[in-house]
Amino acid sequence: MHLHKYEKIWLSFGIGSLVVFLLVLGYGAFWQGTHPQSHGITIDSDNVESNEAFKQENLGVTKVDDDKYIVNIVASAFNYDMGKDEEGNAVKTIRIPKGATVLWQVVTKDVVHGFNVAGTNVNMMVEPGYISSIETEMKQAGEFTIVCNEYCGVGHHMMYGTVEVYE
Amino acid sequence: MAIKNLREKINVSEAVGSLPIQKPEAKLYMSFMYVAFISLLIGGLMGLLQVFVRSGKFTLPWGIDYYQVLTVHGVILGLVLTTYFIIGFHFSVMGKTVGISEKQRKVAWFAFWTMVVGTVMTAVTILLGEASVLYTFYAPLRAHPAFYIGLALVIIGSWVAGFVNWHQLAVWKKKHPGEKSPLLAFMVTINTVMWFIASLGVAIAVLIQFIPWSLGWAETINVLVSRTLFWYFGHPLVYFWLLPAYMAWYAIIPKIIGGKIFSDSLARMSFVLFLFFSIPVGFHHQLTEPGIDPTWKFIQVVLTMMVVIPSLMTAFSLFATFEITGRRKGFKGLFGWLKHLPWKDVRFLAPFIGMLAFIPGGAGGIINASHQMNSLVHNTIWVTGHFHLTVATTVMLTFFGISYWLVPHLTGRTLTPKLNKLGIIQSIVWTIGMSIMSGAMHIQGLLGGPRRSSFSEYGGTEQASEWIGYQMAQAVGGTILFIGIILMVYIFVKLAWFAPKGHEEFPIAEEEDDAEPTPSYFENWKLWIAITIALILFAYTIPFIDIIQNSPAGSVPFDWPIGRY
Repeated sequence: MHLHKYEKIWLSFGIGSLVVFLLVLGYGAFWQGTHPQSHGITIDSDNVESNEAFKQENLGVTKVDDDKYIVNIVASAFNYDMGKDEEGNAVKTIRIPKGATVLWQVVTKDVVHGFNVAGTNVNMMVEPGYISSIETEMKQAGEFTIVCNEYCGVGHHMMYGTVEVYE
Repeated sequence: MAIKNLREKINVSEAVGSLPIQKPEAKLYMSFMYVAFISLLIGGLMGLLQVFVRSGKFTLPWGIDYYQVLTVHGVILGLVLTTYFIIGFHFSVMGKTVGISEKQRKVAWFAFWTMVVGTVMTAVTILLGEASVLYTFYAPLRAHPAFYIGLALVIIGSWVAGFVNWHQLAVWKKKHPGEKSPLLAFMVTINTVMWFIASLGVAIAVLIQFIPWSLGWAETINVLVSRTLFWYFGHPLVYFWLLPAYMAWYAIIPKIIGGKIFSDSLARMSFVLFLFFSIPVGFHHQLTEPGIDPTWKFIQVVLTMMVVIPSLMTAFSLFATFEITGRRKGFKGLFGWLKHLPWKDVRFLAPFIGMLAFIPGGAGGIINASHQMNSLVHNTIWVTGHFHLTVATTVMLTFFGISYWLVPHLTGRTLTPKLNKLGIIQSIVWTIGMSIMSGAMHIQGLLGGPRRSSFSEYGGTEQASEWIGYQMAQAVGGTILFIGIILMVYIFVKLAWFAPKGHEEFPIAEEEDDAEPTPSYFENWKLWIAITIALILFAYTIPFIDIIQNSPAGSVPFDWPIGRY
């Protein structure tokens, strides 16, 4: 099969760029640990409380160390359960100091949901039977919207929360 | 006037290598086109309603739910319009290049009616509000069984159509021993082989998982397995849309601009590469899912990116054809050849805009499939913006470009200068509308705005109020696009029933007289299919076993979240 000289140049350049691109992605994923979330840890979705992290009292933010936090959330149609405050009201806002490292752990009790802290790379599918989790450093201060970005039914767009990253 | 002269010149040389299409065949091919254009109108109307709702200024009447409208939009445009148009186009080019027997035609009608029965079943279920599960199914949300059964019939019908295409080529090859298959017939065969291997995945999901579960025969469903089987099919699906556009670019557009095919073997090679690298790549739609090993996700990302190679080959071939044709006509200078292109011929202009849209479309696709970079855009409306550039611009404008000559060719009418002009206006309207809508979607997605979502203020955050501004822009773009759809349907009706009788050319480009012979190994179908299956087994076997072995308990069905009681 004959290839025109210019086509050889064009393809070599294109394939060369592609190889470089894939090496960059691979380096980031395998050496810098930026894989998208994939832990394969399972949970009984009919009884999420069987897992310590998702007991009612452990939902929401927990400070585990200086600048280290865990956020546990139980998703269900059409709500994120982030625990209760001292007065017994449902928490709707997660407050995190700027620069803190946060481990986000989310499970669903019913159907597939999404979990996205909008404008950040905290973006996960939440599927029945699995714990979705990702660790991230909250580098920017400000108010971020948590949105369910995977279709879960008629009230899908009413499923949200807020993250406040304070100075 | 210039167009007319060009056309007359082309008509003289048309007879070479093409068979006449008889009336009963034309009726078959047109039946697919009728369904396609009815779908365009209905699906487009749903799209219009969606952008209106998302602007926040409009509420759907009579208790119609946003997600029901969204399901209709996705199913009718993504599955019905595309599949019917493509199968109609496949049959037309097969009929033209290798011919169709009476018996084959009868089986083709069976395929058509099987698909129609399936489509009607699915449509009725969605319209009754019993299947607001969008077209990617979303287990454990459960639709009425008729939804899944209807979709299975559409797929089975499309298989029968593909089997007829393979038989058509086999019969031709028997009559022409030692000859290479016509380029377009080769391409149709690649596309139908890919479609068959890919849709086996969704067929297994529907037949073994969804139908028994929706009927209550199986108590639970393995959600991740269902999603994996769906996306095994879901990505090749987009190449099934794209390859017919490539057929037109490689083998039809050169004729329309008065040139020749750049290289028959390169065209075949790029199609073979698409067959290899379309299927073993579904994980790049599942990058943010919790139950799949990240190393296998990365391997499929690498396989996904291999389609960059045939895409670059295609871009080179097309522009080489444009330049060679221009220089042969005496246009000089680095870009002088651009002037020769028939800008005022809609059969060229519409697909050409489609080609241009594929440059940002393809680049966006590379971003989406980039493993960790995907987290930034996954399930945001950026992705919706992406496929409105690729399928709804690149593919659709090329399909419109095909319709301008195919419909009148089949109905024995002509594309008049007036309709040609209207087509050019349509292409421009589409380009403007899509630039606004898709552009706004891309930006809103980068800002985190979610896809597949009705209007919401998300508790009144500043981010959400910023998104609404872009949704207003999408409403403007979407309205312009709907005007484009009305124009296109009007042109279709004219070409199908009212345009003046006459002969419209079926443009099929030829090779150069002194073209190098195409190597005979391209006819080695067993080899191509074996490599395809080997790649699929490589990419899926280990992770699939892993998914099944480490599965959580299955999910019971959920009816109420989609409004079923």
